[in-house]
Amino acid sequence: MAAVSGAGSAATVVPAARPSRAGAGTTLLRFCRKKPLGAVGGFIMFLIIFTAVFANVLQTQDPIATNAADTLARPSAAHWLGTDHLGRDIYSRIVHGARVSLLVGLGSTLVASVLGGIIGLLSGYVGGKTDLVVQRIMDILQGLPLLVLALVMSAALGPSIPNVILAISIPIMPRAARVIRASVLSIREFQYVEAARALGLRHLRIAFRHILPNTIGPFIVLGTAQLGSAILVEATLSFLGLGVPEPYPSWGRMLSVSAAEYAQKAPWLVLFPGIAISLAVFGSNLLGDALRDTLDPRLRGA
Amino acid sequence: MKTYLAQRLGIAALTLFGMSIVIFVLLRLAPGDIVDILFSTGGYVNPSERAAIEKELGLDKPIWRQYLDWLRNMATGDLGKSYRYDLPAWEIIRPLFPITLELATLAMIVAVVLGVPTGVISAVRQDSMLDYVLRILSLAGLSMPAFWLGMVIILVLVAWIGWIPPMTYVPATENFRLHCIQFALPALAVGYRSSALIMRITRSALLEVMREDYIRTARAKGQGERTVIWSHALKNAILPVVTVIGIEFAFLIGGLIVTETVFNLPGVARFLVQAIAWRDYPIVQSLVMFTAAIVILSNLAVDMLYGVLDPRVRYGSG
Repeated sequence: MAAVSGAGSAATVVPAARPSRAGAGTTLLRFCRKKPLGAVGGFIMFLIIFTAVFANVLQTQDPIATNAADTLARPSAAHWLGTDHLGRDIYSRIVHGARVSLLVGLGSTLVASVLGGIIGLLSGYVGGKTDLVVQRIMDILQGLPLLVLALVMSAALGPSIPNVILAISIPIMPRAARVIRASVLSIREFQYVEAARALGLRHLRIAFRHILPNTIGPFIVLGTAQLGSAILVEATLSFLGLGVPEPYPSWGRMLSVSAAEYAQKAPWLVLFPGIAISLAVFGSNLLGDALRDTLDPRLRGA
Repeated sequence: MKTYLAQRLGIAALTLFGMSIVIFVLLRLAPGDIVDILFSTGGYVNPSERAAIEKELGLDKPIWRQYLDWLRNMATGDLGKSYRYDLPAWEIIRPLFPITLELATLAMIVAVVLGVPTGVISAVRQDSMLDYVLRILSLAGLSMPAFWLGMVIILVLVAWIGWIPPMTYVPATENFRLHCIQFALPALAVGYRSSALIMRITRSALLEVMREDYIRTARAKGQGERTVIWSHALKNAILPVVTVIGIEFAFLIGGLIVTETVFNLPGVARFLVQAIAWRDYPIVQSLVMFTAAIVILSNLAVDMLYGVLDPRVRYGSG
């Protein structure tokens, strides 16, 4: 309760925030010691975020500029990871690709979590017929493999970054709704919720101010776990030409047909973007696993 | 049991019905239709010709009429005509199924053969070096795009033995050995990914079971560790593993979409991508409905298998 209401008023939160910030530092240290793999994942994610933020500084060439004189060049001092069939610098494109991957990955995870969270919260809190109908709709959305639904959706919406985010978040959303609903169902029965109800608080207030903050653990766990698959789906869609459009350098698109065509002559075209994708997904999977074990031991088997 | 099954089938039918609406509306939202694509390749649009084609394909009717027509035809087993090939959709799709099914089955075999034993070893040697290595390997499998793994496999083959796998489909009747090799490579790429999930779930399920009293009893009886693990523990840990295998099998089609594209295998998954690009509605709709039916039925089959594998599971009406 205190933490929830404190977020609004700065005056009351300052003295309380001090010890908790020191606590966050020690918690981080303990997390690193107990979950070394999780720490590695966190480090990888930090590197990728760093790359995405400072892409303009880290690039050595213009990532979009073509150069007919220097196509399919081997990795060298001028082109660290070589050039593609249009003479574009692979290293600079990968650095900028981190932006696209993270933007789409984080964006779709966020949209899916927020939408799914609200749906799961209301569905679990209201219960009864509403819950039943919502669950059946979620069944429909989960009746197709994630990639197939994302594929049809992105084809329907047309290639653009916001559309790709939408096309990935809708298929992921039911997972978020399910997890939040399940935890709402148990929280709903707690006595403090009953007390809030006895006090005559409005339902929406109870749902959003009293129940929602307590689902934050599963929420974070779910988000990290979905980030990896969102990045992977983006790469796949872009690979198929249905994701992020040119000229944005996307890791998936870099692997697409043209790369496959020149793969024998220039294997670096295939190797490096794939390593970038794998590393990003690997990092978020490692981090997600460790967070799950730490924050939500009940989900350990999932 | 019977009422439970009836209930589940009812929900399955409802889900499929909902799916048909979702997919129908989604496809009509898509910018451009087959007529646009035909004309854009032709370069010249004649309005009366355009209207004639739209009329022939039924695209001039209101959307709800088109939907009802489609539902009625599906109910009678008529999947419609492919816009692009001017052939019944079923005739085009049918020869593609065996290829995808063969690939999916092979990939699943790879996944189980790789996943279950490594999961057991990892659980038995919990927190050892071997456990860490196996877990990192499996997480790596989950992190690599299967299509990229396929490309790398091809590259490595070319670089090391200077041999390029056949890039056109070789039927088993034509050259059995080449056919097997051609399918083994994508099956390996896709199966590795699924094996990671199976390995993780086997490991965690086994770890849970190993803590139970009856395992201690079995050990106290003086039974060998091997018997304890393989015939006592694994038997009870297998339930979640079967669930994952069942779900993975249905969801393999997602992984196959790109893998079939990379290895140029004329399966269902690759064709779905092409049909989407061509706005060939009858084909896309049929393929999506098939996929959904497979996913829903395999979920149901897994739940039914529970009762066989674990007599404690009873199907209530809830």
